[in-house]
Amino acid sequence: MKTLSKIYNGIIFTFLYAPIVVLIVYSFNDSKNRVQWGGFTLDWYRDLFSNELILESLAVTLQIAVLAAIISTVIGTMAAVGIFNMNGRLRRAMESLNNIPMVNPEIVTGISMMLMFVAIYRATGLLQPGFATLLIAHITFCIPYVVLQVMPKLRQMNKHMYEAALDLGCTPFAAFFKVVLPEIMPGVITGALMAFTMSLDDFVISYFNSGSTAQNLSVTIYSMTKKPVTPEVNALSTLMFGSVLILLVIVNARQVRDLKKQKERR
Amino acid sequence: MKKRLSAAPFAVWMGIFTVVPMAIVLWFAFTDENGAFTLRNIAEIWQYSGTYVDSIWMGALATVICLVLAYPLALSIARKAEHVQRTMVMIVMLPMWMNFLLRTYAWMSLLEENGLINHLLGQIGLHWSIINTDAAVVLGMVYNFLPFMILPLYSVMAKMDNRVIEAAQDLGSNNWQILRRVILPLSAPGIVSGVTMVFVPAVSTFVISKLLGGSKYMMIGDVIESMFMGDGCNYNVGAALSLVLMVLMLICMSLMRRVDNGEDELGGMMA
Repeated sequence: MKTLSKIYNGIIFTFLYAPIVVLIVYSFNDSKNRVQWGGFTLDWYRDLFSNELILESLAVTLQIAVLAAIISTVIGTMAAVGIFNMNGRLRRAMESLNNIPMVNPEIVTGISMMLMFVAIYRATGLLQPGFATLLIAHITFCIPYVVLQVMPKLRQMNKHMYEAALDLGCTPFAAFFKVVLPEIMPGVITGALMAFTMSLDDFVISYFNSGSTAQNLSVTIYSMTKKPVTPEVNALSTLMFGSVLILLVIVNARQVRDLKKQKERR
Repeated sequence: MKKRLSAAPFAVWMGIFTVVPMAIVLWFAFTDENGAFTLRNIAEIWQYSGTYVDSIWMGALATVICLVLAYPLALSIARKAEHVQRTMVMIVMLPMWMNFLLRTYAWMSLLEENGLINHLLGQIGLHWSIINTDAAVVLGMVYNFLPFMILPLYSVMAKMDNRVIEAAQDLGSNNWQILRRVILPLSAPGIVSGVTMVFVPAVSTFVISKLLGGSKYMMIGDVIESMFMGDGCNYNVGAALSLVLMVLMLICMSLMRRVDNGEDELGGMMA
């Protein structure tokens, strides 16, 4: 039974990883043919870094991801604190508001925002599809992840600490920054990192809201996969996989450290 | 009292950028190009009823396959020592964080008529024409969304009280009875959230069907996409189609929720 389950797990993990491994191996393949192995090369990486379209969209992707992560973390953290102090119907309303982007099919979220931007543009000439609309869209779908990360930390926090700070003469503002924020910081940072990764990775919503002036990497990749593909895409995948791997290791190391701290406190 | 106010920017932002857009979809769905009220868009949806059925069928098939593949894996992860669990969950999550398009693109180059799989099969004199078929699309869905099934199942199973299973053993149940009468009912919330998390993106996809299914308009997502980005675009019909998709998904989800008592596994899975 034990060996059977090991074999089964092995098969599933192979299924999950085989395509990625093939992609990475072929990014070093010195042959345009995707099947034949023509020796090791870094040419595709060189081509990648001289491809201006890709570099430009990489810049857009990073700018959007950083801005969206910062703004959604601020709004989301404030929201979590506010919602945490609500009760009953108001709280449920806020929670369902937070759930809308998470349960809606992505394509519906994407086109609904696109229609709104189109309507605004037609009426006022403002918000032409581009960097601004892309950023707004990303902030919107990132906020719920931040809220969901911060909420549990607020629940774990000792409520009386905030009151104690007030009793000791802190203004509510100072009490928040000196007492509450340090307590919920792990959740805030995980939320921010998650928002950053979600933004980096998003395609569907970006596709409908980027216009032609501000394409992010996913949208550029999509337009590349429609034509006969070059191994440059493999090189790009390898680099992106590598960066995500690093980010994930950081997030995970943080969580492990958190767990240890919690255990020590007990 | 004042602390509630810090949710105000959130309420305003989400109101403007999620609730208002939904209202605008509704408005576009019930008006013509000139903004006059019409039911013509809704009437036109009938034309696509076959596509809706196909999409739901393919999404459901992919969901069932994911459930069948994921269940034993999730169960075996949940029975391992804690640090092994962490590593295995990490291994499951990792491909999910690779760009969705690139993952699908990887399959495209594997499945092609002269791709790697056919090259290998060719060595033993076989050939498998799967690219541009429904099967390729379902395979792509299973591959892309399998982790979304494994993780919620695992997080419910990991929380399961082992003593319940031991009690069943003491009372003389065999392994099959324990699985059917104890583990399966206890893991129901995980099944519900896993099914939702696979079914919704699978039914509404347009990327997987575009890349692996060829240029046909296979899924409802393809049709909606073409109504907004294609040559013969028509925002009003597109809005009506999305509205129906949204309502269908809401119905499916509330049906699923009724099975479950409403525990939300999404937050747990992401952590």
